[in-house]
Amino acid sequence: MRRIRLLRNIRLGIKTLMLHKLRSFLTMLGVVFGVGSVVAMLAVGEGASKEALEQIRKLGSTNIIITSIKPAEEESSGARSPFSMLMYGLLYDDERRAREAFDTIERTVPVKIVRQEGRLGERTLELRVMGTTANWFDLVRRRLIAGRTLRPRDGERRASAVVLTEYGARRLLATERTIGQSLRVGGAYYEVVGIVQSESGQGGAIQTPDQNIDAYIPIEVARERYGDYVTEVSAGSLLRESVELHQLIIEVDAIENVEPVAAGLERMLKTYHSKSDYRISVPLALLRQAEATKRTFNVVLGSIAGISLLVGGIGIMNIMLASVTERTREIGIRRAIGAKRRQIISQFLIETVVLSTAGGLIGVTIGLLIPWLIARFAGMPTVVTGYSLVLALGVSTSVGIVFGLYPARHAANLDPIEALRHE
Amino acid sequence: MTRGPDRQAERAPTTQTTTVACLEGVTKVYPMGVTEVRALAGVSVSFEAGSSGAIMGPSGSGKSTMLNLLGCLDRPTSGRYLLEGQDVAELNDNALSEFRLRHLGFVFQSFNLIPQLTVRENIELPLYYLDWDADESAGRAEEMAERVGLADRLGHRPAELSGGEQQRVAVARALAANPSILLADEPTGNLDSVTSRQLMSLLSELNAQGKTVIMVTHEAELAKYAQHRLHMRDGVIDRIDEAAA
Repeated sequence: MRRIRLLRNIRLGIKTLMLHKLRSFLTMLGVVFGVGSVVAMLAVGEGASKEALEQIRKLGSTNIIITSIKPAEEESSGARSPFSMLMYGLLYDDERRAREAFDTIERTVPVKIVRQEGRLGERTLELRVMGTTANWFDLVRRRLIAGRTLRPRDGERRASAVVLTEYGARRLLATERTIGQSLRVGGAYYEVVGIVQSESGQGGAIQTPDQNIDAYIPIEVARERYGDYVTEVSAGSLLRESVELHQLIIEVDAIENVEPVAAGLERMLKTYHSKSDYRISVPLALLRQAEATKRTFNVVLGSIAGISLLVGGIGIMNIMLASVTERTREIGIRRAIGAKRRQIISQFLIETVVLSTAGGLIGVTIGLLIPWLIARFAGMPTVVTGYSLVLALGVSTSVGIVFGLYPARHAANLDPIEALRHE
Repeated sequence: MTRGPDRQAERAPTTQTTTVACLEGVTKVYPMGVTEVRALAGVSVSFEAGSSGAIMGPSGSGKSTMLNLLGCLDRPTSGRYLLEGQDVAELNDNALSEFRLRHLGFVFQSFNLIPQLTVRENIELPLYYLDWDADESAGRAEEMAERVGLADRLGHRPAELSGGEQQRVAVARALAANPSILLADEPTGNLDSVTSRQLMSLLSELNAQGKTVIMVTHEAELAKYAQHRLHMRDGVIDRIDEAAA
């Protein structure tokens, strides 16, 4: 019975609003734009942060990545003998020590990087040769396109096996049939055993450990062939560097252990390294940071949305107050016939809620259309989440209730005798 | 029918019927800035079921105030108003509304139909507040429209009707909830003489069928239709004329 009555009241409200179509539409406009912009902005924001989070997740949330860096003070000191050797970076011992010190460390992946020219047939490509272990492919998950990844046996047998990236393979005109062929890297020949997908590396602040010009070989082979020394001949000076490991990827057994291990590693490395020649990056921390940024972003968006909906709500209230004044006589008639105050309140409240909810629905439609257009024509990723739609509709309905209450109460509190006399 | 400014209302010996509305020493004072206006200065009067009364008097005599009180639109400052045995002065706004809905029907000088509603919807209005279901109230609206001779106008809007027709719609609306008392405030004030007479005969007919009809008018011509004519002056009932039966 009550439900039927509510439906009847809503129908009546719609009918009354339809008497002034243009006015009702203009009244809704504030909420339409408020809701539309909320949904659209949230979709764009969600799209952007999802992309960032996706990238961070690709680094592996249980991983800690330690990278060797050239200490800044060494680089700038001019009083270096031209034959001196610069020694810095992670040591083989660091890996061992880390594994021994923390039993929450699941696996460690050492990486040794050498720049070499790769040649396959006629084509050449400047490669970043990554001497690593089979575990690399478990910790830095990339899709295998053809062949296989490195195996532990490759290292044990000192096998001259190389895994190329999709990009590298394409540049070297390698195809699936290339598997098994010989790739010349520097002075040595390697058998191409597989091709993996790679991250382009570009795309924001987050540096992935892999690049598209990578060529993966067993670390044992890299150590034997290229050693720990790099000699660079530049104008007037001979730069000799010794780096044992360029990168160390550490996998921790559980998310909650990532930060303690990272802190422990930091302390441990500080003890053994007099210079700060390493950088620890924790994808999980980045992830947290990105999430915090996203939260801030959402708060900002929420405030903007709140303000625009507030403005929309005030617009509705304004019109409803005018409508109450205009319909004072109608209110008087209804009261004289026997309408109770709350029935007058519900009549006007329903009209306001119908207005704001209709505005919300139109706004949602616009809010769905804009991200679609942005994704289509600007190529930015957008994600419309269900919760943003529910939120926008919920808020627009509440705007109707909050801003409708005052005009409705005002209407209900009119003195019936005065109202009847109103011209 | 009895009267007297300070006496207790008492029933005339000839009356056999029951009292539906009874004012006992009712005063109504409106604050007007620093001073007060005594719109009613002690009125006692009672109306029997099925009677008809005309309240007459110059403007400012308190006849509108009296109608508002009788119509439960207002509460007396002091005194008692018994409507269907209930002292209305004690009721809150909600209960007053309920009383208006169930026991009173209003006919106004300016018709007071709701312009955006059709004739049918206007007639159904009290039933809507009584929570009648759609079919029942549709049937009742048709019956009432038939009663006032407007069965063919149900789908029209008030603006499409003549003044006389609009007032008849108002009567149909006032009758829809089957109230015991019909209150009319200058019902013919906006009508020409022909439609006035038609409306008055409609009201007389309803009265003859047992409705209590109380009307405010300043036209002696119309007051003739009523059994009792209350002449008001300065907030009190000056005298009551009984119609020559």
